[in-house]
Amino acid sequence: MAAETTGGAAGGAPRAEGSNGPAGAATSGPRQDTPGSGRVPAPRTGRTPGSGPGRTREAVPGRRSVTGTRRAVAAGFLLPALVLLGALVVYPIAYSVYRSFFDQSGDSFAGLDNYVEIFTDDTILTAVKNNLIWVVVAPTVATALGLIFAVLTERVRWGTAFKLIVFMPMAISMLAAGIIFRLVYEQNPDRGVANAVWVGVHDTFAESAGYPRAHPLPVHPLKAAGGGAYITKEPVRAGAPALLPLVGVAPADLPGDARPAKRPEAGGDGRITGTAWLDFTRGGGGKPNVVDPRERGLEGLKVEAVKDGRVVATATAGPDGSFTLPASADGALLRLPESNFHERYNGVDWLGPSLVTPAIIGSYVWMWAGFAMVLIAAGLAALPRELLEAARVDGASEWQVFRRVTVPLLAPVLAVVLVTLMINVLKIFDLVFIIAPGSVEDDANVLALQLYRSSFGTDAHLGVGSAISVLLLLLVIPVMVFNIRRIRKESRR
Amino acid sequence: MTTTAPPPAATPAPVPGRAPAATGRRRSPAARLAARAGGGAVRVFLVLVGLFWLMPTVGLLLSSLRSPADIAASGWWEVFTAPAQLTTENYANVLRNDTITGSLLSTLLITVPATVLVVVIGSLAGYAFAWMEFPGRDWWFLAVVGLLVVPVQVALVPVSRLFGEIGIFETTLGVVLFHTAFGLPFAIFLLRNFFAEIPRELLEAARLDGAGEIRLFVRVVMPLGGPAIASLGIFQFLWVWNDMLIALIFADSDAPPITVALQQQVRQFGNNIDVLAPGAFVSMVIPLVVFFAFQRQFVSGVMAGAVK
Repeated sequence: MAAETTGGAAGGAPRAEGSNGPAGAATSGPRQDTPGSGRVPAPRTGRTPGSGPGRTREAVPGRRSVTGTRRAVAAGFLLPALVLLGALVVYPIAYSVYRSFFDQSGDSFAGLDNYVEIFTDDTILTAVKNNLIWVVVAPTVATALGLIFAVLTERVRWGTAFKLIVFMPMAISMLAAGIIFRLVYEQNPDRGVANAVWVGVHDTFAESAGYPRAHPLPVHPLKAAGGGAYITKEPVRAGAPALLPLVGVAPADLPGDARPAKRPEAGGDGRITGTAWLDFTRGGGGKPNVVDPRERGLEGLKVEAVKDGRVVATATAGPDGSFTLPASADGALLRLPESNFHERYNGVDWLGPSLVTPAIIGSYVWMWAGFAMVLIAAGLAALPRELLEAARVDGASEWQVFRRVTVPLLAPVLAVVLVTLMINVLKIFDLVFIIAPGSVEDDANVLALQLYRSSFGTDAHLGVGSAISVLLLLLVIPVMVFNIRRIRKESRR
Repeated sequence: MTTTAPPPAATPAPVPGRAPAATGRRRSPAARLAARAGGGAVRVFLVLVGLFWLMPTVGLLLSSLRSPADIAASGWWEVFTAPAQLTTENYANVLRNDTITGSLLSTLLITVPATVLVVVIGSLAGYAFAWMEFPGRDWWFLAVVGLLVVPVQVALVPVSRLFGEIGIFETTLGVVLFHTAFGLPFAIFLLRNFFAEIPRELLEAARLDGAGEIRLFVRVVMPLGGPAIASLGIFQFLWVWNDMLIALIFADSDAPPITVALQQQVRQFGNNIDVLAPGAFVSMVIPLVVFFAFQRQFVSGVMAGAVK
């Protein structure tokens, strides 16, 4: 019997397409899973509460018991749930509230001391501030990205594949995401991809050749020019190759693609050519001021031609150390600016005290932008197409349609996504716990982490831990009230 | 609401009050060209974003496939120029590692019961709230709805005390019960609303056939609730599988689930990526398989659980 009725019900259940009320996704179960309806259901707040047409089967009087159940049976059905909820959810709330008014030992009444401590203790105050940053920034960025992705994927055929990629991080644990981003944020640019990219971009614009200890020998045609720069003793002349030998660079520190230095030749057309090279032959045998066969070029070394204190031309040495200056540099002194002798740029300290919170928020956005995207995309699919099309026909640009039509119509969905993410972010724990290295844990602190530390960790103080948990609870109460009122409104209809 | 915006000079003046689909096709060649170029830019942008989003995971995957020496020496992207570096050695080591394999078993022993219990207990209560009459039914249901957003943090200290007193602190049973309790408000909310939409006639017909309450529940309600139960089950399964905080506090420290086992490794982060990376990937396999196999159910579970 059950087997026969199943099919009938799945197909025959009321399809509240487009008219589902605020409880949308959750209450319209049969609709979203109707065979063949591949679309995702509209999120529950596809409309503002109470604005939708009445639900098919929501009103209480219409749903009298079919069976005339005895109360004992009803109690039997409810008992396991109520016992668990009572013992493990409701009772703990009461206990936490109670415990939050007692001191560390739990013996004497402490009034509001624990709450005061939250806002006076430096470590906890950092957690409060960070939580504030989290709650403001993370949901906003994730929702904005979700909106952009949802709108753009509508226009491409492989939008689903894109959505899958962005949504995928939702399925994995915050622990795994934490490990993934510990790897991304590794300081060493040779290992952490964030710094590898960052250093790459940085060096494109402000390249430092990175020869910190390079210097000329007294026999070399270079002398110190003050401020860490070196300058040639004699002006250069077209027709005579310029020699810029340096020592003091470990061969291992040369760029990987440094090639044997080019033997200097005089340039034609009045241009000035020369070679900057490491005037040192490993194992000995090289002569100073001579480009010996196994000596290599100083790639990336910057050369400035200076006349009367003004830079008239610049050049950068190639992999073989050769460089070319225009004829205007004839008679100039060649200067190797001090920037050549900086340590190589090593990237950003992502997990250092000042950037650790934004860095972890980045990993959160990576995980949750997909969530925002999917909910917003569902809301988008439920929008009346005629409105968008009408605006386009009236000559509105895509941006105007987006700004004046799509976003206002989506406002209820955006609000749900934002609020959901805020609740989620309020309790953020795993990512911070995993990504922040121990040394900056205090700088990255958030309330849930502090709660863990106060309750089970090194800062043991159950009073403060309980106070934090009560604070978290207080912060979600508006949402709780909103949920309850929404459901009440629905069931009154 | 204003749906019209001032038209750019290039397009013909809009016809007020009329927006037949036909005029939608008639756009100036310049506008169409711009749209096509815009479409190209959108595609490029999405491809770049997609690659960007994949990169962290790919980085972990490729790191997990390199030897400790290679990991220490250079970044995972070197693999693209030196594919010979790839090795499954780390995975072999991880799967030979009793701590990791044991923790996978622990995870399973926590996740499966916590999922089944939530589905069963939640269905019973959801059905009672949907189709049974008892005093204060709607008030009870509103109370459950109120519990939807209660943060688990509020229960950590009190429940660890409670469990300590009854002797199930740091046991699998304790973790399972905790997860079940905190999964219930959502389960009841979702299933009650779903069950409430079952056509009354079906239940009445079954009743006339002589089915009792329990029979009705098992033979009619549960099968009809299949889709919602699937969403709930998948959602809860992933939730519990991926949990670290609750396991960190309540799980048996001698048999920790995979998340806790890996968390302990993270403290040594830096010289143990050859364990962490494959370990993290192993822990992700089941969720990813579930995710790709049951995308639709997962999505509707996530959407329904938006308030959680």
